[in-house]
Amino acid sequence: MSGINTLKGAYIRSALKEGKRNDSREQFQMREIEINREVLSNAEGSARARLGNTDVIAGVKVVVEEPHSDTPEEGNLIVSAELLPMASADFETGPPSPAAIELARVVDRGIRAGSCVDLQSLFIEKGKVYSVYVDIYVLDYDGNLFDVCTIAAMSALMNTRLPKYSDGEVDRKDRSAKLKIDNVVSSATFGKFGGDIILDMNADEEQAADARITITTDGKVVRAMQKGLNGDFSIKEVEQLVDIALKKNSEITGHIKR
Amino acid sequence: MASKINKPKLIHDGKRLDGRGPDELREIKIEAGILKNANGSAYLEWGKNRIIAAVYGPKEVMPKHFADPNAAIIKCRYSMAPFSSLEEHGRSGQNRRAVEISKVIKEVFENVVVLNEYPNSEIDIFMEVLQSDGSTRAACINAAAVALASAGIPMKDMVYGVSVGKVDGEICVDVDMLEDNYSDADMPLAISHRDDRILLLQMDGDMSNEEIGRGFDMAVEAGKKIRELQREALLAMYKGV
Repeated sequence: MSGINTLKGAYIRSALKEGKRNDSREQFQMREIEINREVLSNAEGSARARLGNTDVIAGVKVVVEEPHSDTPEEGNLIVSAELLPMASADFETGPPSPAAIELARVVDRGIRAGSCVDLQSLFIEKGKVYSVYVDIYVLDYDGNLFDVCTIAAMSALMNTRLPKYSDGEVDRKDRSAKLKIDNVVSSATFGKFGGDIILDMNADEEQAADARITITTDGKVVRAMQKGLNGDFSIKEVEQLVDIALKKNSEITGHIKR
Repeated sequence: MASKINKPKLIHDGKRLDGRGPDELREIKIEAGILKNANGSAYLEWGKNRIIAAVYGPKEVMPKHFADPNAAIIKCRYSMAPFSSLEEHGRSGQNRRAVEISKVIKEVFENVVVLNEYPNSEIDIFMEVLQSDGSTRAACINAAAVALASAGIPMKDMVYGVSVGKVDGEICVDVDMLEDNYSDADMPLAISHRDDRILLLQMDGDMSNEEIGRGFDMAVEAGKKIRELQREALLAMYKGV
């Protein structure tokens, strides 16, 4: 950790002890969410999502492929995330870092475990299914990529249209069928600093945090969780945060569904 | 996760397919100090899981610019051997799943190892799954914890790994491969022995808050048994010395 970050971190931690955040938000207040849909016309679905100053774009491409041998009557959903070097001085070119892989897998797991996309509706004919590729590009980083990437991916999937497939040909000009969405999930990512816990960390808060937990829900039940960083949570804390995440779902999905 | 269409019934009269109750662990055997070269090591059998963990260090950091002047760094590698699963030949090396698991396990041990005892040095933890039968990351954590202790590396607490799942709608501890394939939810955990701090937590599927709470209770109960086995393995290493 660089010297300036150590100082910033110490300031953030001491202010939190008095219940103050460096951008004067409440403990469990999310930054403003802004979503623009259908921002790209070549992709089958797209959305740009901003959470405060964090800015990501998700594009969906749908291709016709052979199904997996263990699920011959289901299509595929593949979510990946890329930390573009333009998004932060700390992101570098080259193969994906463990943090980028974790991000993509956690977002993917939430949407998959939430049964958000009806994979059976992606079956075309024997040996042919639609594969839905969701690629999330991080354009500008100011913390909490887990939550904003889930928002962008969900929003892009909800305006995704399937290209027509007939006689072995994919016709991308005819995209009249909408992708069937069965469930909408949102995640809430909390950070822990000593005994203080907050929601939706910005970049400065993130670099000072001891522990992180992402809880993905559909408002009724928990669909996925991931604890991160080398700090720890008590069992009681996890249970309290699950409650908050379940309650936050309607606020966040309210933006996604609009 | 396999297709739910051919899902077998996994619980009959309160018993799981291998005869266990919901709160029962599979049979576990741990042996410490099984490798000559490594500073610490452990072999673990957990049901049909077969795992070897090895610890090297504290030693010089390679490459040097990763060194932290205030603390040791931990490198962690979880890997599944290409012959480890009942299915096809797996690809050797780190796939994306293994990278993620290595990262979250590393974070567990960064929490408990007293890193500032060894500035400018590194501690390597290698976990190799020779045979997999579900809950391998939990099993690896148990083996790695014993390997670290057998290397004499100071830790502020011992840790255990255990998974909790929702099988046929029932919360069960220690899900095996078959149960995992058809489970409604899976929640791998690593917890500190002394004060039940959650060091690793992942979950996917669907669980209510009440079910998650019951899962934690079961995991903590199981942890007491795992603790004894870890202790015995470490004591046995010094018998006959």
